[in-house]
Amino acid sequence: MTDLLEFAAAIAAGTIRVVDLTQTLTPEFPVLALPPEFGQCAPFRMETVSRYDARGPAWYWNNISLNEHTGTHFDAPIHWISGRDLPANAVDTIPVQNFVAPAVVIDCAAQSAADADFLLTITDIQDWEATHGRIPARSWCLLRTDWSRRDAVDYANLRDDGAHTPGPAPEAVRFLVEQRDVLGFGTETIGTDAGQAHLFNPPFPAHFYMHGRGRYGLQCLTNLDQLPAVGAVIFAAPLKIRGGSGSPLRVIALVPGT
Amino acid sequence: MSVPVSPPPRRNPVARTGMPALLSAQRSRATHGLTAAAAQGLFCLQVCSDCGTRQYPPREACSHCLSAKLPFRDVDRAGVVVVDTTIRIAGEIYFRERTPWRIGTVQLDCGPIVIAHLHGDVSQGSRIRMELLTDKAGAPAMFAMPAVNTPAMQDDRQYREFTCDPKFRRVLVTDGRTEIGQALVRALSDAGARKVFVGIANPWKPFAGKQSLARAENVECVQLDVTDTASVVECAAQIGARVDILVNTTEHIRLGGLMDQTGIGIAREALELRSLGLMRLAQSFGPIMRARGADGVDSACAFVNLLAAHALMNWPSYGASSAAEAAALSMSQCLRSELRHGGIRVVNMFVGPLETEWYQNAPPPKVSPATLARAVVQALCSGQEDCFVGEVARDLRARLAANPKALERELGAA
Repeated sequence: MTDLLEFAAAIAAGTIRVVDLTQTLTPEFPVLALPPEFGQCAPFRMETVSRYDARGPAWYWNNISLNEHTGTHFDAPIHWISGRDLPANAVDTIPVQNFVAPAVVIDCAAQSAADADFLLTITDIQDWEATHGRIPARSWCLLRTDWSRRDAVDYANLRDDGAHTPGPAPEAVRFLVEQRDVLGFGTETIGTDAGQAHLFNPPFPAHFYMHGRGRYGLQCLTNLDQLPAVGAVIFAAPLKIRGGSGSPLRVIALVPGT
Repeated sequence: MSVPVSPPPRRNPVARTGMPALLSAQRSRATHGLTAAAAQGLFCLQVCSDCGTRQYPPREACSHCLSAKLPFRDVDRAGVVVVDTTIRIAGEIYFRERTPWRIGTVQLDCGPIVIAHLHGDVSQGSRIRMELLTDKAGAPAMFAMPAVNTPAMQDDRQYREFTCDPKFRRVLVTDGRTEIGQALVRALSDAGARKVFVGIANPWKPFAGKQSLARAENVECVQLDVTDTASVVECAAQIGARVDILVNTTEHIRLGGLMDQTGIGIAREALELRSLGLMRLAQSFGPIMRARGADGVDSACAFVNLLAAHALMNWPSYGASSAAEAAALSMSQCLRSELRHGGIRVVNMFVGPLETEWYQNAPPPKVSPATLARAVVQALCSGQEDCFVGEVARDLRARLAANPKALERELGAA
């Protein structure tokens, strides 16, 4: 049996590093942009309830409001129409053991810097596996693009023809789900899909295939550059919202010390 | 001729800013007939329905025949100054700070003799055009203007006390992402504003006109999102003391009533932006403006709201939006009472459908953003506080006054 106390001691000693993969929730952080006639993703907002003042002399607290998909967040299968009828497809019913899982990191920072519309292909995945080995089943596959280092304008990277941000090609998503049985797909960008994924077939393949097969999404991640290609375990537990399609969350990675 | 107003000198940063002196705004109910006219830039007096006497000041009964039927009607503005007086020692603190102050007795062509504030270009014997204005406290006042325009007449020292002229003032346009916001920026610059701050929400989202805003002289884009309390607080902390005129150009017009929308998401956005947004602006900018109501040539002077005319009566085709506008209107009335203590005027611009994308399918006549922007400048320069822009807004106003219930039915049938 695993010794959890030893594990805790390793964290305390720093031999297991704890890396925060979460963006700070701020009102300014970009959210998904949709045509204004559609329902809109609410940005993060905070209203002070009291701050050691007449509204509450000795205590400080805030009311916050945001969308389930604001900031660093988790996508549940029910988020997409392809996953709407699956069992345990919402944040409150997903088995909790799925919130702790290994992660592999595919580093495409250089390609993304060269081409904002960079698409991860099956070949890229196979090239990665040639170096790091086959992606273990039930792992998160995280796409490192260093997108989280960009300022807000370049991060959203919106032009007249939509967002230009990297993501996976449709066949790569199918490959990850069907051939590698990943637990989910994670990105640094606003969505798991590329900025131009509305033009793909199917549109938004990371959403369509991942959620259609009961897999999850993580987006707006940061600090992926601090993770090894293989060997990290991440803790990503969404809020337990009844029937929720996703949730902002704190994503923590555990990385073996060197 | 008037002495053209000079750009304000650079302030001594450690000198005390004088408090705005308060005028008494208490008037009889009858006199508020003049307030109503002044607010809209009209010139009305009581006209006796029985004998036709035009009466000033307003009373409960006709001074000629004792009739109580004394509706306010538009009357001829022309007159002649009988005698002019320069006040050198005044009783009221407001006027003590502004002496010498010229007033005069004016014989109006339509009958009454009134005591009026005098423009610098009129004196005994001058033909004048009378304006009904509201003073810093919101009370109605007669102001005699030259019958024929004179050079720089807008710059008259006394007249400027009654107007909110953008000349040499600094303006905040709260939303520069829209055509309306950008039209306002141009119009206010053209009207002589020394600086136009333009609020931009979500700067990571591109918008049409961004380049020309960035290139415009005396225009500075600032990050401002009125749905975000922290953003409004931060913006006011940065530029609040430099905002002499605030023009709230946020807009949220969506087709749809109550039952035919799914959920309340869009209505909540409208309320957040239009009414709570106004409240955030009021909380962050209002107190600073109120304290600067007598701060020289570029004193703070006006808080302008652009409101859909259907704030006055719900238009079910745009039902939820109308409700959000009505909430904003109600807040503006509260703000008006609060800002009056600093001599800051709350100007409400009511406008019907605009030539903008959200009114795409609304039938004409529609108001162009440029027309609305010109009307704002006009309202500021002429001291109005309620302005109905375009035929739809004016028609709505008239129908509301005539029979609110009929208007409700008519809008509901459309």
